[in-house]
Amino acid sequence: MAFLKTIREVGKYFHDIYSGVASLMRGMKVTGSYFTRPGSIVTQRYPENRDTLKMFDNFKGELMLIHDENNLHSCNVCNTCARKCPNGSIEIIYKKVEGADGRSKKILDKYVYHLDTCSFCGLCVPACDELALKFDQKFEHAVFDKRKLTKVLNKPGSSSKTTNE
Amino acid sequence: MDIELKEKEEYIINMGPQHPSTHGVLRFELCLLGEQVKYVIPHCGYIHRGIEKMCEHLTYPQLVHLTDRMDYLSAHINNEAVALCVEKSMNVEVSDRVKYIRTILSELTRIASHQLWWSAFGMDLGALTTFFYGLRDREKILDIFEESTGSRLTQSFITPGGLMGDVHPNFQKRVAEFIKYFRKKLPEYDQLLTGNVIFRERTKGIGIMSKEDAIDYGVTGPSGRGSGFHCDIRKIEPYSAYPFVEVNEVTLTEGDTYARYLVRIKEMWESLNILEQLVDNVPAGPIMLELKAIKAPKGEYYQRVETARGELGVYIVSDGGPSPARMKFRSPNFSNLFIINKLAAGHKIADLVAISGSLDLVIPDIDR
Amino acid sequence: MYDFAPLIDSITSYLNTNFSPFWAGLLAMVMLGLVLLLIYAVLGLYLVYAERKICARMQNRMGPNRVGPMGLFQTIADLIKLLLKELIFIRNADNFLFNIAPFIVIVASIMAIGSIPFGKGLQAIDLNIGVLYILAISSMGVIGILIAGWASNSKYSVIGAMRSGAQVISYELSVGLALLCIITYAGTMQFSEIIASQQNGWWIFKGHLPAMIAFAVYLVAGTAETNRGPFDLAEAESELTAGFHTEYSGIKFAFFFLAEYMNMFIIAAVATTLFLGGWLPFHLFQWQGFNQVMDFIPPVFWFFGKTAFVIYLMMWFKWTFPRLRIDQLLALEWKYLLPINLMNLILISFLTLMQWHF
Repeated sequence: MAFLKTIREVGKYFHDIYSGVASLMRGMKVTGSYFTRPGSIVTQRYPENRDTLKMFDNFKGELMLIHDENNLHSCNVCNTCARKCPNGSIEIIYKKVEGADGRSKKILDKYVYHLDTCSFCGLCVPACDELALKFDQKFEHAVFDKRKLTKVLNKPGSSSKTTNE
Repeated sequence: MDIELKEKEEYIINMGPQHPSTHGVLRFELCLLGEQVKYVIPHCGYIHRGIEKMCEHLTYPQLVHLTDRMDYLSAHINNEAVALCVEKSMNVEVSDRVKYIRTILSELTRIASHQLWWSAFGMDLGALTTFFYGLRDREKILDIFEESTGSRLTQSFITPGGLMGDVHPNFQKRVAEFIKYFRKKLPEYDQLLTGNVIFRERTKGIGIMSKEDAIDYGVTGPSGRGSGFHCDIRKIEPYSAYPFVEVNEVTLTEGDTYARYLVRIKEMWESLNILEQLVDNVPAGPIMLELKAIKAPKGEYYQRVETARGELGVYIVSDGGPSPARMKFRSPNFSNLFIINKLAAGHKIADLVAISGSLDLVIPDIDR
Repeated sequence: MYDFAPLIDSITSYLNTNFSPFWAGLLAMVMLGLVLLLIYAVLGLYLVYAERKICARMQNRMGPNRVGPMGLFQTIADLIKLLLKELIFIRNADNFLFNIAPFIVIVASIMAIGSIPFGKGLQAIDLNIGVLYILAISSMGVIGILIAGWASNSKYSVIGAMRSGAQVISYELSVGLALLCIITYAGTMQFSEIIASQQNGWWIFKGHLPAMIAFAVYLVAGTAETNRGPFDLAEAESELTAGFHTEYSGIKFAFFFLAEYMNMFIIAAVATTLFLGGWLPFHLFQWQGFNQVMDFIPPVFWFFGKTAFVIYLMMWFKWTFPRLRIDQLLALEWKYLLPINLMNLILISFLTLMQWHF
């Protein structure tokens, strides 16, 4: 009986070697097969494909104030977006002007957007009743100077649709 | 706590906060005897940001985006936990469409998280190729997220009362494509790592956690289920669309590193099954509840969900105001971490790396 | 065809006629040294490049592709960067040993390369105990690693160095025994004669199954001896950050790095010479036409082709397998490789005694 046991143990020893080597071979088959298939490369060549690289429509790049072709935006300085923002990334600086009816009215002076504190939660865009905001597809946010991350979103010379009415 | 050196040959070594295999700023204080680990004392707090305190002066929709930054690998599920808790407090119920989409997103998140874990686990054990295969497949899921939610990692898409927007029209098609794609790629994971004799030798019988230990330490998620602890919230307390689908809880009884590994691999298969049941049946409906104000009435509320790492509890104490009076997250990683001394003591350093890898720790979730 | 001996003889005779014997010898040595250093540097750099490209392909990546066409100059740029980097001095480290360790490692591998036959007559020194010399010299590198680990005054480094010591001492046995199999067949330790003995067929084919087993064992043990692949416990990035060279920076780190790749090359070159016929072309039985075409390819290409194949195998191992644990590593050597090797050696001795090999 002891002899049989020895035989069985020796058999197990060699079986271990065989199954071990076989399992290693299976792994090598996977890597080896990818080695022979250059078509499976998934790397994007980023700066070269800049022209063709398009983000998805919903992509949350950086915030922008929508301007139409007449350089008009639809912000009416209600400050809802600034209040909804958890990080205080939006600051709205307004001027008070005398309206046509004699009442003072707020008009947008600077729509300041702090990209450095923005966490792209997306609460500001649906908060706007005027649909004045949207997210851009721009994703290259890197700059050499931190001050460049504070942006004024209304274009120079633009005015609000509501004040023109 | 200080380690007392009992023998002359013992020495203390710091693993972390900057160390490739702690996956973040976690520090293990190790007492070693040669290669043998005598004690492990985890030190956390290197990435503490006070999220719970910050939540106290943010409104409920605002604080959702902070939960993305806890367990960043299951961002959707964290969002969902807060959303469910707030909805529970207000006693409202979202439409079936929202429930379905939430569950699909959660299951995709779970797969993505397990893929990243698989990649990093292989790398912990020295098989560097796994990292690229895992991330390659995870990229498909992140593309689905990006198309629908606009972000790849911290989506903040699920919000109290519904969703931030509707999903992209391609969403269902892409998810179905992904299921097909990943069904083909998953066996590759097995060939590369699961079956590998070196891998099996490295993980089998290493860091055995008994069921009692798992319950005592509150180890949940796949790590707990590897020890036979039935702790799948999707099964115990079905939320969102889980009541509508068949969920099989994956449990193994060995409790070693290999069992924890296998549970996660099997969960990826299981998540694919759940996705398959859901993806073609998403009903139509509103994506956001018409609510005057989103705030919890006075009282205390608790909701738990199953993240990719275990049970995430959200506890809100509200005084009726727009923001919570106290917010508490019962994060799975915090509980999962502290069993490491029990698991790793007596093993080698290499085993400690394997064990901490198999617990699948996400450090920002520990510190919050 | 393609015999380099006349060229070398003419250089030697030119030196001997124009200079006194002392200067002739010195000049010959300097020239040889320069040529070997050049080969060493270029080979080392392009092995790094090859490894990066190969692993990239296995991982669905592109690998280096920015510096030069297809990234061919990437490693050269890396070398320049490493040359310019600050050499960090460690407080409380043993500075003398700390500085000398990388040189020991790199000198060991440069010395080993001297006796490798790149082609017919293309061999710096054809020792009659060539195999023994290679074994002795290549195991000197571990002294450098041990010193590096000890002198850095870092616990991670010491663990790495101790692992490396245990590993190299164990696997040296298997490497030696596997080579002994072929020495038994060939009956000589001189590289040129071992190659000459394979004129009618490479040992891996002539030597039946035992030679193949010896080749496999040699590959595994050789990979382990270079601290590479699944056996990179001395570095063990995920456990010991970088093991024995954690504290090294700049060109001293580059020395360790280059030496690792050149050790791999040496292991592959020895495998080529002993098992795969060295620079001999591939011949098939009596097919004269085929054999003549094969003869037409220069021996240097044959040598580097075969070496590249063995190196590819070693890289394939590295990028597929997880790392072993230290006790498993030793168990693999003492429980599996060594007994198999010993049985193999007895079998081969018997075969040689009965003259049953071709």
